[in-house]
Amino acid sequence: MMNSYLNIDHVSITFPTDTGPLNVLKDVDLKVTQGEFISLIGHSGCGKSTVLNIVAGLLNATEGGVILEEKEVTEPGPDRAVVFQNHSLMPWLTVYDNVRLAVDQVFKKSKSREERHRWTLHNLELVHMTHALDRKPGEISGGMKQRVGIARALAMEPKVLLMDEPFGALDSLTRTHMQDSLMEIQGRLNNTVIMITHDVDEAVLLSDRIIMMTNGPSATIGEVLHIDLPKPRNRLALAENPTYNHYRAEVVRFLHDRHHQPEYEEAETAEVSEERESIVETLPTAASDATDRRLRTVAAMRSADHQSSDEKHLLTEEAS
Amino acid sequence: MATPITSTTFNLPRLDRLLQRLASDQVGKSFAQLIKQLLVPIVALMVFLGLWSVGAKSVETSLGVLPGPAKVWEQSKALYTEHNAERVKAAAFYERMEKRVDQAIADGQPAERIEKMRSRKYTGKETFIDQIFTSLMTVMAGFLVASLIAIPIGIVCGMSNTLYTAINPLIQIFKPVSPLAWLPLVTMVVSALYVTNDPMFSKSFLNSAITVTLCCLWPTIINTTVGVSGVDRDLINVSRVLRLSAFTKTVKIVLPSAIPMIFTGLRLSLGIGWMVLIAAEMLAQNPGLGKFVWDEFQNGSSNSLARIMVAVLVIGFIGFLLDRSMLMLQRMFSWDKNAILR
Repeated sequence: MMNSYLNIDHVSITFPTDTGPLNVLKDVDLKVTQGEFISLIGHSGCGKSTVLNIVAGLLNATEGGVILEEKEVTEPGPDRAVVFQNHSLMPWLTVYDNVRLAVDQVFKKSKSREERHRWTLHNLELVHMTHALDRKPGEISGGMKQRVGIARALAMEPKVLLMDEPFGALDSLTRTHMQDSLMEIQGRLNNTVIMITHDVDEAVLLSDRIIMMTNGPSATIGEVLHIDLPKPRNRLALAENPTYNHYRAEVVRFLHDRHHQPEYEEAETAEVSEERESIVETLPTAASDATDRRLRTVAAMRSADHQSSDEKHLLTEEAS
Repeated sequence: MATPITSTTFNLPRLDRLLQRLASDQVGKSFAQLIKQLLVPIVALMVFLGLWSVGAKSVETSLGVLPGPAKVWEQSKALYTEHNAERVKAAAFYERMEKRVDQAIADGQPAERIEKMRSRKYTGKETFIDQIFTSLMTVMAGFLVASLIAIPIGIVCGMSNTLYTAINPLIQIFKPVSPLAWLPLVTMVVSALYVTNDPMFSKSFLNSAITVTLCCLWPTIINTTVGVSGVDRDLINVSRVLRLSAFTKTVKIVLPSAIPMIFTGLRLSLGIGWMVLIAAEMLAQNPGLGKFVWDEFQNGSSNSLARIMVAVLVIGFIGFLLDRSMLMLQRMFSWDKNAILR
């Protein structure tokens, strides 16, 4: 057996629904080495979040399992910290207290009070949030909230950092900043990261490997793309880089091909949201050339998953 | 706001501050606000008093003409005077008692006897003001007990679906029961079970308070359950990832996010409790404002109607104050200081 850091071993999951069992994931098999940055990309409802939740231990696989450092994952734990899409900070706690809650919980035995205080500040410093320690989540911007969410996850010193579309709800300028911050932090701390994204550029820019998932139900890993670009990466320098653009095109091609599968079209109509329609409508309707269509696909995907972090709910809807 | 606040603002005498305020360039705006916030309610009150005073004159009852605002005001003063007179009498009684006790000690009476003399209480008639305090104590006791029972039940029901399914039918059946239907049962149960020679509470107090409790339970249970079960799923996931213990999870995540709903329940409960109490006091002749109203009604003097109206107004005003104080508590406990609470 190959000795990997994190081993997602032939995972399948089936949910019981009103219309019978629904097989969401089938035979997802992935080995991750320490310090690797993995992106999961795929169309909405394909089960990316389900994969992440299984690794987090929030869901249990029906078949197969997850092994982290030779121990099987059976329940959630701070060694697999999750950054949720909608930040999930306690609105009644200040920025500091939100991180401190996690620090106190994880290091209540191993660190003294003073050490925990400094560790909290240190992690908030990493995400440049020390200026707003006493503010409540309701008083800071979306990007800042997500920073705090990341600080909280980092403060747990996780073996694997799981990020469920961490920047999906942010405007593109803030997202750019956050990606740069994340690259810098990951470069410094060498965290192992699994991130779900709908943003092709984000995936290529940040990842060592991009896992492209097929459409559900019974979704599995379709293609794996190794991003062989030296780190640290600079988005401006890469913009003109032919290798970068090649990788980008590869991902877009994969997603585009999936988009034209008939079974996807069906699933699509079942879950089209108003928000998504409105976004597609604002884009040029005449999809004559390929670039335009690609653009629309990506935009549509992005918007679709924004309003549905609850994969299970979504899938039940899809099935009915 | 109207004027920029400087350190000197607070040092100025009140009149100067007012003048400064009036002189500021935003005076038009703040004046308009002042009118809106103060003048409109005052005018509305005036209109109400006018209509009352005119309308009341045309209603002839067996106890005379329905009293207008002036008569009611007069009676409220009279009630206060009666209260003071009663206090003077009570003071005189205790003074006389002290004298007798001193005399007894001087005579070398046994300590036991002196103790007995001391323990004698003034048994004058309860005044309107006394009744107000009796009612307030009763409603607070009933409400407090109800809250102490209802909040934990609500939390447990919100966290466990099974328990909720078990308890829900009971809640749904008992919730619409009128307090007055409970009253005879409560009276019988209390007199059967509460048998002591040295009662800490009087039975009438217990009857009223327990009736209030029975009616205060339901809104708090229901709202707490809804608040607790509505905790953001992502926050629950955070607590799972952090492996928070059940207790920490309840204290740090579940309770704070349910606080607004819990307070909604408490405010509803207190409002219901206050209304229920008056009715219960009237029906059971337990001391309190309800008894006062009933006694005046039975009394049937020419002042009775005005006195009942005083009571009605006081009941309303106290209900309003109770609600406001709950709102203040809610503001104190609520993490969301920007939420508009009314």
